[in-house]
Amino acid sequence: METRRFVTVDGNEATANIAHLCNEVMAIYPITPSSGLGELPDAWAAAGRKNIFGTVPDVVEMQSEAGAAGAVHGALQAGALTTTFTASQGLLLMIPNMFKIAGELTSTVFHVTARTVATHALSIFGDHGDVMACRSTGWAMLSSDSVQESQDMAIIAHSATLEARVPFIHFYDGFRISHEVNKIEQLTEDDVRAMIDMDLVNAHRQRALSPERPKLRGTAQNPDVFFQAREACNPFYAACAGIVQKHMDKFAKLTGRQYHLFDYVGAPDAERVIVVMGSGIGVVEETVDKLVPEGQKVGVLKVRLFRPWDSRAFVAALPKTVKHIAVLDRTKEPGAAGEPLYQDVVTSLSESWAAGPHPGPLPKGEGTERSLPRVIGGRYGLSSKEFTPAMVVAVYEELSKAQPRQQFTVGIVDDVTKLSLDYDASFSTEKDDMTRALFFGLGSDGTVSANRNSVKIVGENTPLHAQGYFVYDSRKAGSVTTSHVRFSPRPIKGSYLVHRANFVACHQPQFLERIDMLSTADPGATFLLNSIYGPDEVWDTLPAEVQKQIIDKKLKLYVVDAYQVARDAQMGVRINTIMQTCFFKLSGVIPPDEAIARIKEAVKKTYGKKGGGKIVEQNYAAIDGALASLKEVKYPSQVTSKLHMVPPVPAHAPAFVKDVLGMMIANRGDDLPVSALPCDGTFPTGTTQYEKRSIAQDVPIWDPKICTQCGICSLVCPHATIRLKAFDPALLAGAPEGFKATDYKGKEFPGWKFVVQVAPDDCTGCGLCVEACPAKDKEKVKHKAIDLEPKVPVLDRERAAYDFFMTLPDVDRSKVKPDTIKGSQLLLPLFEFSGACAGCGETPYIKLITQFFGDRMLIGNATGCSSIYGGNLPCTPYTVNHEGRGPSWSNSLFEDCAEFGLGFRLAVDQQIKYAHELLRRLSSQLGDELVSALLNNKQETEEEIAVQRARVTDLNKRLPAIAGGDAKNLLASSDYLIRKSVWSFGGDGWAYDIGFGGMDHVFASGRDMNILVLDTEVYSNTGGQASKSTFRGAVAKFAAGGKGGRKKDLGMIAMSYGDVFVGSISLGANPMHALRTIRAAESYRGTSLLIAFSHCIGWGIDMAHGMEIQKDAVACGYWPLWSFDPREPSHPFQLASKKPVGAFKDFAMKEARFAMLARSKPDDSARLLALGQQDIDKRYHFYEQLAGVDRAPAEAEPGNGETKAKDAKEVGA
Amino acid sequence: MSVDLKTTYLGLKLKNPLMISACPLTADVDRLRRLEEAGAAAAVLPSLFEEQIEHDAEEISKAHEFGTESFAEALTYFPESDDYRTGPEEYLETISKAKKAVGIPIIASLNGASRGGWLRYAKMMQDAGADALELNVYFVAADLAMTGRDVEARYLELVAGVKQSISIPLAVKLGPYFSAMGNLGARLVEAGADGLVLFNRFYQPDIDLESMEAQPRLHLSVPDELSVPLQWIAILRGHIEASLAATGGIHDAEGLLKALLAGADVGMITSVLYQKGIHQVGSILAGMQQWMEAKEYESVEQLKGSMSLENCPDPSAFQRGNYMKTLTSYVGRAI
Repeated sequence: METRRFVTVDGNEATANIAHLCNEVMAIYPITPSSGLGELPDAWAAAGRKNIFGTVPDVVEMQSEAGAAGAVHGALQAGALTTTFTASQGLLLMIPNMFKIAGELTSTVFHVTARTVATHALSIFGDHGDVMACRSTGWAMLSSDSVQESQDMAIIAHSATLEARVPFIHFYDGFRISHEVNKIEQLTEDDVRAMIDMDLVNAHRQRALSPERPKLRGTAQNPDVFFQAREACNPFYAACAGIVQKHMDKFAKLTGRQYHLFDYVGAPDAERVIVVMGSGIGVVEETVDKLVPEGQKVGVLKVRLFRPWDSRAFVAALPKTVKHIAVLDRTKEPGAAGEPLYQDVVTSLSESWAAGPHPGPLPKGEGTERSLPRVIGGRYGLSSKEFTPAMVVAVYEELSKAQPRQQFTVGIVDDVTKLSLDYDASFSTEKDDMTRALFFGLGSDGTVSANRNSVKIVGENTPLHAQGYFVYDSRKAGSVTTSHVRFSPRPIKGSYLVHRANFVACHQPQFLERIDMLSTADPGATFLLNSIYGPDEVWDTLPAEVQKQIIDKKLKLYVVDAYQVARDAQMGVRINTIMQTCFFKLSGVIPPDEAIARIKEAVKKTYGKKGGGKIVEQNYAAIDGALASLKEVKYPSQVTSKLHMVPPVPAHAPAFVKDVLGMMIANRGDDLPVSALPCDGTFPTGTTQYEKRSIAQDVPIWDPKICTQCGICSLVCPHATIRLKAFDPALLAGAPEGFKATDYKGKEFPGWKFVVQVAPDDCTGCGLCVEACPAKDKEKVKHKAIDLEPKVPVLDRERAAYDFFMTLPDVDRSKVKPDTIKGSQLLLPLFEFSGACAGCGETPYIKLITQFFGDRMLIGNATGCSSIYGGNLPCTPYTVNHEGRGPSWSNSLFEDCAEFGLGFRLAVDQQIKYAHELLRRLSSQLGDELVSALLNNKQETEEEIAVQRARVTDLNKRLPAIAGGDAKNLLASSDYLIRKSVWSFGGDGWAYDIGFGGMDHVFASGRDMNILVLDTEVYSNTGGQASKSTFRGAVAKFAAGGKGGRKKDLGMIAMSYGDVFVGSISLGANPMHALRTIRAAESYRGTSLLIAFSHCIGWGIDMAHGMEIQKDAVACGYWPLWSFDPREPSHPFQLASKKPVGAFKDFAMKEARFAMLARSKPDDSARLLALGQQDIDKRYHFYEQLAGVDRAPAEAEPGNGETKAKDAKEVGA
Repeated sequence: MSVDLKTTYLGLKLKNPLMISACPLTADVDRLRRLEEAGAAAAVLPSLFEEQIEHDAEEISKAHEFGTESFAEALTYFPESDDYRTGPEEYLETISKAKKAVGIPIIASLNGASRGGWLRYAKMMQDAGADALELNVYFVAADLAMTGRDVEARYLELVAGVKQSISIPLAVKLGPYFSAMGNLGARLVEAGADGLVLFNRFYQPDIDLESMEAQPRLHLSVPDELSVPLQWIAILRGHIEASLAATGGIHDAEGLLKALLAGADVGMITSVLYQKGIHQVGSILAGMQQWMEAKEYESVEQLKGSMSLENCPDPSAFQRGNYMKTLTSYVGRAI
């Protein structure tokens, strides 16, 4: 037998290991937080890792979770041991097949990282909403409450399902367990073999469909037999719980870890018991461990097997002394008599206490002679809301009350329905010998990876237990990370954040004035600060609020100049190992020398395998340099600082922004009561402008002397932080010092001034503008009209300049030439300062579209990057113009965005028809002239739209004076007389894969819809999984061995309908083509598809060069530019790309996504690149021929567009 | 009359004096086979670049780290692989494959500018089966504080370092820009070089007038370039205990013959193969043989160095006198 070892892994890795070993087929689809569960087996399979049967599992990515479930169902029917991994709405998409799989009594395990189901808002975090939605499918549901259990229950589930024939959902809390790093004892392959009974495996295979023993499954049944047949499975469900316990016992024999369906922990004579399932168990258990020695008669009943629910085992597990039970559910079922676990408990108790045939009264002496315990139910921890021992105490206290609250909540302040329990946040169960550390870092500085590594070092090299949990930002650029790390001589059960830290590290000095890092510091804790200031100067650089906490809590303050150490070691801005070294030196968790040796070992392991000898040496130098720079700071006993922390939003922000969003920005969203939040998920737009994160180190500075006023800098800016304006020189009178302007070049605004201004606090410093700027200084060519300069020295000047800039009026939209880059950029962007990655390739398209059509746009957004930077709280980037108009935006799901957008269109068209009807009815009162003008304005130009707006204003003024319902009703609908621009936005995962079916249907609808596909050729938001847009030869997750198949030609599929406008565009390669195609698409009164080439962080490129990469892609034929305009009678297909120049390989090798395969599997890479070149050559050859085709006249006849054409007439087009 | 074309280079017995210099052609086993069939006596593989080794490792690490651990849904962007060949693995495989595919000697090439940890790759190349190693030193002394002596010291240190790590012969390929080429050549031989390859052709930058950017530009050699190697080979011949290879400007039999006459043990070609194809190897060899037969030479050995500085009838042509003569006799077409 192999020896088991202790490893420090997260819940997903612990589970994936078992899934890989136990299965032959895995049909997968990415969704947070379960993506990692599929990514690991995919990478292992690519590396040839085998399962216990001696084969490499087939890991297949499907087009959606529904597709994955279908493939799993098929693979199971054909006899393979099969699994999948999912969460949230993904699990919901599997439900139809889950009913089938269970109905056919098929052995399988789905591993689920339990996640919130999107309701009023999407949430990626953890609760039981998704698994509870599967209760009726007939699946067994086995819950894990820790990282160790996620492995243990995984194998128990795989082992039990084979005997029970009931399929299993094995679930654990998303993020809290899936992403928590903890020390576990890892099962060996022999252990897994010992648990999996090959006779049962063979029986599973024998039940499979085979032409050698033909059978038929999946009949349609009629009222005569369906019911009886449905009941025929009962014996399997009756036996299932017993089988699970049997396999738990087998597991205990093997490993010594004994689990039961229900496990009770606490006082043997407990009167108050909490029933709970999932990661909350550890928190309750930790509290019980503290309260019982204090004499409290409390306990916790852990629920492991939720389905099939074993009433007898449940009641038997309760202490006989129990009088009061609180059932905690991590889900909400609005309108229900109680949440699911609560209902099962109540049912079990009432049935068990009553005489009845099923499940039957308990034998005498098992406790039911007593009076029925009183049961209350409550909700906790929705969407990973913190659940702490303090809250557990509040629940126990509630149980002591004469009239405890039913349907209570804990962990929030519910000031609306008053259901929440109060709790004393200062209550703690943590002992002083536990290291409780908090690290504040930036995503880019390696803080999390260093802490992950520290947890591993301690977990795997010492007897100490270790726990790491990492909290990330909702923004992708400049994101703040918080690492919560614990080390303890005892197992760490509590799965909650560190609230009482004895070590706090600030890895970025700029956080000092924005984040309250010390509120969680315990008195006497150590505070480690990375600062350019030494021990003698640093004190005065701290804000007064920080100084006060240091003094009041008598913190030990240390400073290290990690950036200098990193520079000396040629490490750039990677300060991770430096700060890690300082932590070990100061915390004393393990002897510093040993820690340093381990850190170096880890560095060698990480970089050595990638060939990075030099990187290893640099890290060694940094580690050695760290200790020399680390100094203790002696500080005075009085606050001396004149500096203060910056308020989260400026004083002039609207009340909601200050009172609600500002709290979230200040990381105090947990303190917001229920009443502060909208009841239906509706939020104001235009709020990113108040969140001045000031994350850039360098900002672009304009040199008017060189500038050619082309506007490209503004066009490519992903965050709308570079703005252009043309203005009357008289307005310069109030300009602050340092505000730059030059004479406007162009005939539209003669005698006017021109300015390019950066928003210095909103810029991310990505550098796209600088790389794109074509204007170079004649005398010093490296100096451009836009150069990046260090921000700090110019910040005050540029802030004042930007504030003044914003007071300048926007130009008259009807006067600009929107078909030019400069003209487009003089239009106000209505999408600004999003949290997208610095240098994002998607957002420039969105910004541009809002510049053109934002004041009359409705946007439906598929879930993905664009919905996250578009609508992730606290702040929203879609904004309004000076008249208060702007895009109205909503996210439905991942899969249905095209249909969602179509719904907008249908509603708008119907409202238009209604408004027209009312207009006609009221024409005698309103006057034929106004009515006719309103009905007949085609609204094809800015002027026509402006005229229509003015007429609607006039109409709205007149309507109140007209009596009758029609006038009142028209007033409510008159907005629809102004032309609306309806859009569906999303990425390639949506368009090419999960949403394709719906999108295809929208193509066929012929309705006036605009679909924007932000094509990054990968599932960017979930971390780079392959889509059908991924190009051959690129490495992506779920395509770890390189994407083998040809990229789907979505545009051609759409074009095949004949009446769909299609544009394949690239802003970086040909901005004029892009903006003209966008405008043409929007002007087309049928369905339009724009496929926008968008560079992405998932390509492994320097994002500052994203636009150049786009240019290279188009030049070599990788991304052809073309459009198909059904309005063109003879040549609707226009190829805008020139004949490809240069080899695909040369382009590909500049991006890590391709270069990685060349390094890891050179032969595969060479073969795929050669095929990729063929794809490019053949496609161009095909397009060239298409461009020459003269469309046959019959094609011009209305087909799918017939309805559309009719409707268009009705709505005045 | 049959002519003996055999020669010896770095102690390796070659069937003739025509070698293929380091270029991408030799990395391809099929092309290598065709070159051998066409008559090439030995081939130098393309260079493994010091910077490339480090750059690749850095890029792979950067790609795995960039943007990671920032956003909860995308903690990483690429699948992990334990098997990146950012080091010399691919190159070492090329050596092995080349050795299996052809019978002619295969010379590995290492391009570097400084002594570093990567020197261990020289030993790996030897272990992979290379018959000899060509060290291609390319260093631009852009630091104005650096003297010619400093530069030469770097070269010598590098050569000595490589020599220490291998037992196969070591050739050193140099550029021509030294104030005392002869002296440096002699000292490199003292430091351990078994042969000198004269001269390296550098890819120097060009300026794109459209984009206003400096870009590296690759020019194929032209026959006129041969005069520089001819000069130094003629001067060094007979004065150093090392092999000499002429490279840069040999496009035909005449070029090869001139190199041999000046004192080269072998001549190396590349540009002409790109221009005219692999069959040019055969044409050059045939042309050389024809000339030797016509001039009644018995062997290449007889020919080698017969026009070196020591042996040629008018040594001034290789020295300053050549300069005066050329200048005074030149009449430009435009004049």
